[in-house]
Amino acid sequence: MKRQHIDKGVRSGFLLIALFSITALSLIMIFLFIEGLPIFDHVSIKEFIFGKYWYPTDDPADFGILALILGSVSVTFLSGIMAIPLGIMTAIYLAEIAPPTVAEIVKPIVELMASMPSVVIGFFGMVVVAPFIQKLFNIPVGLNMFNASLMLAFMAVPTICSISEDAVFSVPTALKEASFALGATHFETIVKIIIPASLSGICTAVILGLSRAVGETMVVLMAAGGAAMIPGSIFDPVRPLPASIAAEMAEAPFRSEHYHALFAIGIVLFLFTLIFNLIADFLSHKFRQVGEASL
Amino acid sequence: MIKKRVFIQNTWFSIFKIAVLINGAALAVILFFIVSRGWRAISWEFLTQAPRDSMTAGGILPCIVGTVSLCLVTILVALPIGVASAIYLNEYATQGKLVRVIRLGINNLAGVPSIVFGLFGLAFFCIVLKMGVSVAAGGLTLGLMTLPVIIGASEEALKSVPNTYREASLAMGATKWQTIRKVVLPVAFPGIITGSILGISRAAGETAPIMYTGAVFFTPDLPTSIMDEVMALPYHIYVLATAGTHIEATRHLQYGTALVLIVLVLGMNLAAIILRSKMRKKLRI
Amino acid sequence: MNKRKNIFISIIFLLTISSTVFSGELVIKGSTTVLPIAQKAAEAYMAENPDVKISLSGGGSGNGIKAIIDGTADIGNASRFIKQKEVSMAGTKDVYPVPFRIALDAIVPVVNGKNSVNNLTIAQLKDIYLGKIKDWKQIGGTPGKIVVISRDSSSGTFGVWKELVMKDERVIPSALTVPSNGGIVQAVTTTPGAIGYVGLGYLTGGIKAVKVDGVEGSEQNTLNGSFPISRGLFMFTKGWPQGETMDFISFILSRKGQDLVKEAGSIPLF
Repeated sequence: MKRQHIDKGVRSGFLLIALFSITALSLIMIFLFIEGLPIFDHVSIKEFIFGKYWYPTDDPADFGILALILGSVSVTFLSGIMAIPLGIMTAIYLAEIAPPTVAEIVKPIVELMASMPSVVIGFFGMVVVAPFIQKLFNIPVGLNMFNASLMLAFMAVPTICSISEDAVFSVPTALKEASFALGATHFETIVKIIIPASLSGICTAVILGLSRAVGETMVVLMAAGGAAMIPGSIFDPVRPLPASIAAEMAEAPFRSEHYHALFAIGIVLFLFTLIFNLIADFLSHKFRQVGEASL
Repeated sequence: MIKKRVFIQNTWFSIFKIAVLINGAALAVILFFIVSRGWRAISWEFLTQAPRDSMTAGGILPCIVGTVSLCLVTILVALPIGVASAIYLNEYATQGKLVRVIRLGINNLAGVPSIVFGLFGLAFFCIVLKMGVSVAAGGLTLGLMTLPVIIGASEEALKSVPNTYREASLAMGATKWQTIRKVVLPVAFPGIITGSILGISRAAGETAPIMYTGAVFFTPDLPTSIMDEVMALPYHIYVLATAGTHIEATRHLQYGTALVLIVLVLGMNLAAIILRSKMRKKLRI
Repeated sequence: MNKRKNIFISIIFLLTISSTVFSGELVIKGSTTVLPIAQKAAEAYMAENPDVKISLSGGGSGNGIKAIIDGTADIGNASRFIKQKEVSMAGTKDVYPVPFRIALDAIVPVVNGKNSVNNLTIAQLKDIYLGKIKDWKQIGGTPGKIVVISRDSSSGTFGVWKELVMKDERVIPSALTVPSNGGIVQAVTTTPGAIGYVGLGYLTGGIKAVKVDGVEGSEQNTLNGSFPISRGLFMFTKGWPQGETMDFISFILSRKGQDLVKEAGSIPLF
């Protein structure tokens, strides 16, 4: 009897611990909201999100984050344009085309890319890439949206690649064999059968990769230029949301307007990534059953 | 007709290969720069001394120690909670709404941006729990960040334990908890350790979560308690490159610190991979 | 499993209580202009007092003053005086910030070493940072876009620049921001069309100092008041300093400390 009691107790104990993740997530949300919502006593939500001017330490201060949001969106979008094709093509190559020996080399390369610390990538962007693109494109300064996007793409590719690869790999062989049996080339099979079958996984991969790009701090802090302006060209400096938080957090006195405004930016950022992740979660659950040839 | 289709295939496959090469080239370029400009800074002094002369000379020992201390606290926090959560999810849980919610929580925790963790760590650990800027606060923040990684890796490891082991144990009269403790965990242990090392290597390279919770610009003495603030490798690169007093003069030190950090992170990854393949071989018997 | 957990907990416990056995500890945060001075002083002070542990951070004058108000530092470095808003905030927390002027400094506009411009008026500087003057040819240089580089809002250097040059008008949003004096030096060195501003201690080889209204930014011109963008460098404490804090500030205000100020490139008080 006693052992059964212990067992039940142990089970409850584990359940409690397992709930910890949800607790932590909720705590984070709660704190973000507690410390961030007070800013809306000073500015309306509309002014905050759509205001064009971010001058938080002026007297009177301006708390408009439109320029910051557009900075984040543009950098993420541009990095996506580079990372999505690269990531998906690498994934397909690994899963379908590469001979096993080559795959053994390429896979570690992707894993290495993934484990590169973000500060090193930001450092590289700031110190090596910036002067390089400054000369190459004959632009005034190399710390800008393009630079940051390049570096973010480097960080997003491994995420997109590994999740896409899993998706492509798990397409049932029966489908591929059927396509070959009908006379399709390997490439045609990939395009018309495999990709559609693994589409939900690939979409999940893309969304998670972009989510990582949106939330990345060090790269945009060091390589994007820090100008809180609405970008007009890809060579304009920008100040994405995480960079603003990181740059100004230490200065804002505890529970001052500025402090609340920075937490409010944190809320916006958190909501962005939350929405991305929920979409990815939804996609991966909904289309799970597609593609199986049932006999 | 077939020739055209084969031609299209070969063209596209070449494009795919170019994509792979671009990735490899990018990695190679970054590594080349860091290694070629950084190795000159590496010396015994660099690795064992504190910085001096406004950090234009000396070494990065406090940073190395700081990063190691942060990683220790991270693992102390994330490993027990992560493994326990994975045990629940894999061994005890039944498919249902509760499990779905827990998984949602874990997945979303994994997606939280690192600076948001930093904000939370500042507001909660540093201020509400009054830990101030300390190894404890920084390590706890990093621990939260690493938790989903460890849960994921532990679950994989637990899943790979064949059910026959569990059934055999139960058939001999052991309770579930005894089965987990004495049969499942030991077998899953290598996978759990591997995943944890990978998670810790990520934590070692993170800057944003420790910027306001644990790391400072300059404190040459080594930490004596977990309430001390520390220097840390990734933060050191950041401050030397952006906020230092002699940015150009310390450039070689920045590269050197970056090299040390990469070696540390890659070393941990390598250790994890080797461990994994060794233990896989062992289990195949 | 349990035994291991117990050992871990004991180690943490020991580590935590060992923190009560420190002798002297000093936390200094704030201005990147004062940072070189503070770092030299900290190194010299720790050499003379080996059982004192000083931890130093940058981040800007705003950080320093905020740290004093929030109680997270013993000394807050600032390259500007405390703002009224900050005084009020301090008041709400029953904190009395005490200023110590530890050095003098000038903010010098800088351009790339290859730039031909030598002299600018305060009005021109203001218009450049307002975005009204966009090309170097408008002020006598070789044609090219002016890349405006400024500091983050937390910077005291920025605060003084805003007051004395911008006359409290806003810097254009498209100005690049860097987090430190060192960052400005780096950016201006690598960008031919750039303009920035730094404290005296940061005038190095790759950048060129520009005269303001015909006056060169130098120690002499700061002391005799002819250079228009001068300021004091401060260390703020929470209430009147005592113990280690007092000793350190006295050290900086001593002959030795003021020599270190000069070494760091700023202007000693005496």
